[in-house]
Amino acid sequence: MLKSVTDLANPTRFLAFTAKALPVLVGLTLALFAVGLYGALVLAPPDYQQGETVKIMFIHVPAAWLSMFTYGLMTVSALGTLVWRHPLADVAARAAAPIGAAFTFLALVTGSLWGKPMWGTWWIWDARLTSVLILFIMYLGLLALWRTVEEPTRAAKLAAILILVGSVNLPIIKFSVDWWNTLHQPASVFRMDGPTIDGSMLWPLLVMALAFTALMLTLHLMAMRNEILRRRVRSLGLAAAGGVA
Amino acid sequence: MTRKQRRLTLIGSAGVVLGAALGLVLYALSGEIALFKTPTEIVEAKAGFAERLRIGGLVEEGSVVRSEAATVSFAVTDTVNAVPVTYVGLLPDLFREGQGVVVEGRLDGAGIFRADNVLAKHDERYMPKEVVDSLKAQGVWEGEGGKAAN
Repeated sequence: MLKSVTDLANPTRFLAFTAKALPVLVGLTLALFAVGLYGALVLAPPDYQQGETVKIMFIHVPAAWLSMFTYGLMTVSALGTLVWRHPLADVAARAAAPIGAAFTFLALVTGSLWGKPMWGTWWIWDARLTSVLILFIMYLGLLALWRTVEEPTRAAKLAAILILVGSVNLPIIKFSVDWWNTLHQPASVFRMDGPTIDGSMLWPLLVMALAFTALMLTLHLMAMRNEILRRRVRSLGLAAAGGVA
Repeated sequence: MTRKQRRLTLIGSAGVVLGAALGLVLYALSGEIALFKTPTEIVEAKAGFAERLRIGGLVEEGSVVRSEAATVSFAVTDTVNAVPVTYVGLLPDLFREGQGVVVEGRLDGAGIFRADNVLAKHDERYMPKEVVDSLKAQGVWEGEGGKAAN
């Protein structure tokens, strides 16, 4: 077993550890989704203004949180690449990008589906919606960058710089609804004076958020394992072709 | 200083510079980034706006008048000033007196806002109907708009 977290820096030990950890994480994800979805779709009451449309929130809000959490994780990884030259840091960032893009896309689509009946429009260029769209484009741009640059260490470095530059968007997304007037409502959960969501809707939302987090970690570890193996295959291929690794 | 510390310092200072530059840009653009103007800004500007604009506020209590052919007139207020609005078309479900709205359109010569789009602003409160009813029964309900649309 592991002596410390730093042992995970070694890709071989990482593979061995995650092989054991993943089944536990998958089980946890399934259990959290079972409780969260039952609470959200069956137990949570309809909202006094929105009626049943409020159910969209139980997907939309966790997806939006995770879209930012994933980018935060990539920001830490980018520091790991640039400062500590950590062998797994670029693997972690690269594996997280498609997952983050998927969560952002889900947040944008569910928000749009909610916006039409509630606001009266699918889309509006307010500060919150626009900054989240920029986050989505950042994810796509990063994925394109990794694919475009052939040489792995150069790609890792360029991507890490772009990730750090893009991270200034995170506080803008969070505070956009406070700094400027927007159509999007202000925060309901993470606010100074406490949540403005009734307890009967808050607990399923928080369980759903945990379920999304567990899902994200599961997918991320799986993607990291694949990325490590892909890189090994690549260097083996190069070694076979050139005679030297 | 080790090389790691040097790299960390470089990234940190680049981050501070980038953050400061972006902060200044956003501050300078805050008028453009804001989705809508408030009724007070419209009233104080007096001269009127030729271009299309958005006004945000609450639908003033008792101001909604529905006439034939789906024409609705109402006033949008920030509780200090109000702008009269006319609109022809379908209103969103959440539209009602006291609700936060954003109207899109133009001001005409008479100072009436001709809206071609009305959007409802949802607030950050989520609760079941029973809780609202009990808050109203106890007399601690703060009203539909809560604070004026910011």
